[in-house]
Amino acid sequence: MLSLNQVVPQRTWKPVYSFATLFLVCLAAILPAGSADEKRIAVYSTSATYSVTVVDRNGREYTGLFEILEPLGTVTSRTDGLHWKVRYNDADAEFTAGKNRAKLRGRDLDLPGDFLLESGRGLVPVASLNAMLPKILAVPVAFNEVSHRLFIGNVATHFTAQLSRTNPQRLVMNFTAPVNPTIATEPGRLRMVFNREPVVAPGSPTLTFDDKVIPSATYSENNGTAEIVISGSVPLMASFSNEGHTITIAAAPQQNAPLPPQANQPGTSAGSVNPPSGTAAPTAAPSGPRHFYAVLDASHGGDDPGAALAPQLAEKDVTLALARRLRQELESRGITTLVLRDSDSNLTLDQRAIFTNTAHPVVYISLHAASAGRGVRLYTALLPAAGENNGPFVAWDTAQARFLPTSQAAAQGVAAELQKKQIQVRTLAAPLRPLNNVSAAAVAVEITPPGTDVLELNLPAYQQNVATGVANGLVAVRDKLGVPQ
Amino acid sequence: MIPRHLVIASAVMLVAVFALGIYAGRMRGRVTQSPPARDARPVAPPVSGPTESVTLYVANDEPGALRAQAANIPLPSARQQRAEEVLRALLEVYLSKNSTHPLAPGADIRAVYLVTPGIAVIDLNSAFANGHRSGVLEEELTVTSLIQTLAANIPDILRVKILVDGKERETLAGHADLSGFYDVGAVKQLASQLQNPQ
Repeated sequence: MLSLNQVVPQRTWKPVYSFATLFLVCLAAILPAGSADEKRIAVYSTSATYSVTVVDRNGREYTGLFEILEPLGTVTSRTDGLHWKVRYNDADAEFTAGKNRAKLRGRDLDLPGDFLLESGRGLVPVASLNAMLPKILAVPVAFNEVSHRLFIGNVATHFTAQLSRTNPQRLVMNFTAPVNPTIATEPGRLRMVFNREPVVAPGSPTLTFDDKVIPSATYSENNGTAEIVISGSVPLMASFSNEGHTITIAAAPQQNAPLPPQANQPGTSAGSVNPPSGTAAPTAAPSGPRHFYAVLDASHGGDDPGAALAPQLAEKDVTLALARRLRQELESRGITTLVLRDSDSNLTLDQRAIFTNTAHPVVYISLHAASAGRGVRLYTALLPAAGENNGPFVAWDTAQARFLPTSQAAAQGVAAELQKKQIQVRTLAAPLRPLNNVSAAAVAVEITPPGTDVLELNLPAYQQNVATGVANGLVAVRDKLGVPQ
Repeated sequence: MIPRHLVIASAVMLVAVFALGIYAGRMRGRVTQSPPARDARPVAPPVSGPTESVTLYVANDEPGALRAQAANIPLPSARQQRAEEVLRALLEVYLSKNSTHPLAPGADIRAVYLVTPGIAVIDLNSAFANGHRSGVLEEELTVTSLIQTLAANIPDILRVKILVDGKERETLAGHADLSGFYDVGAVKQLASQLQNPQ
């Protein structure tokens, strides 16, 4: 049932709201802190990646043996007084509470601490895993006791990092398996946290590149996670490619955010960059000469296929193909272009908006595909009920508000160029995130089949025609976007 | 010695019990195997009240447009129930055989909550959202149709929130944003755009 408290007017319930908000903020602050402090072991195997908790007993770290074995095979356990027996596939192990000697597959093993039995749960010293698990599992096991990372079998993901001396310079990181780390940008560095991937250290934990923009990268491990921190003298951005095997780090382009007519009002700044739950801070746009910089966003991806356009054709694949064609078209016209999703990877709507706002592009183009209709539909944001701006902080849900006239001008320019190519065009507003969160001109392009067959969406010639029209349209309105000729 | 007729009677009864057991077992199997029939029973009592004329904003997928359509439906006097009935009348159009904007079978409005001043909350059932076709325009037509129909027939609604099964949801079917409150004025402008497809 809906609680009416959720929607009652703020005027009547303001004190209740304030108290509830304060309570929730406190709770939110406490809960993650508690979970972050919880010690755990990350377990990587060919069949599953998971984590188990670590508890402290008698000044020593312990973990549940059953919990470690359960995802790996058939496991049963039996408690008989002080004795605890566990069977993994065909291997038996016997332990006695309070004793530091166990019997594994009929052979004795001395443990670095006593075995503990708590409510039928068998706890073994964490320090015993390196010796114990190979005997039970009968496969090679590598356990890093300091960082709490347990590798069962040959599962490690290695990586190389190489500085590409192109212009602009880029750090290209190639991984032996697809990765999808959590990425955070901080002043002077870009941090990638690998919570689920068995990424292991390179030869040296610190890599230096003899470069002023990206001087070094540091690898570290702690509490079941691996982390790579890339230091930079300028704001950095990461992009994925090669089906998640490659992460490219490059300097975020340094130019002003496009200035809508209202932007010169005193007391306003470039505004919202992060969603309310993020590390919200108003970020002033960098100053300097304006540069035509576009962000392309191939919608959906990874676990989110988007619309099922045909049995073998998902929206995410069409948008990715179109994004790649459009990037080529834009770059051939001298427009620097970043494709947010250049592989079949997951990106949340908030992440798409954060990456875009951090990059300060002149224009953001979101790409969609649909089976119904003809030609191309262009959308600008239909803003939700007004959020409350607070000084330089702009409401996340309506960050697009000041840029809407510029977005509409961009959409009209693109529509005109597509019509010149005999492509049917329709321009509408739409409640389509993250358009409303983007603090730049933002347009969504939805392509539909040129004819009756939905598979025509995948025709290279058709996609190329649309990409050329969109690129021409953006060039045609560059002055309205604030880019000098 | 047991009389012969008793032996025969007992044997007949045993055979009958055995046969009935097999029959009952088969019937149970059929019940569990047969797909559940769609429950066509109304979830709310029939509406009583005088018939009134309402305006429904009905989506049409072919041109991708909204069309205002008059309908006469019985409406109760209570404002909240009127809101629910108006939207159910709209859904009836979408669930009909020749619908111009078909919704998934079982799609329904669980409730509409009206909270002063000017806030309406439309609670859709999960069949509505989970079975909705994915696409910017398809989803936009549905959302605009619901909000514009509600606002056109229930005065003084300024903002609308859409829930699914009583919970917040990010999008209707991958595109139309359900995370915030819709501004009825902005939706009205969009509805007029959608009534004039280029």
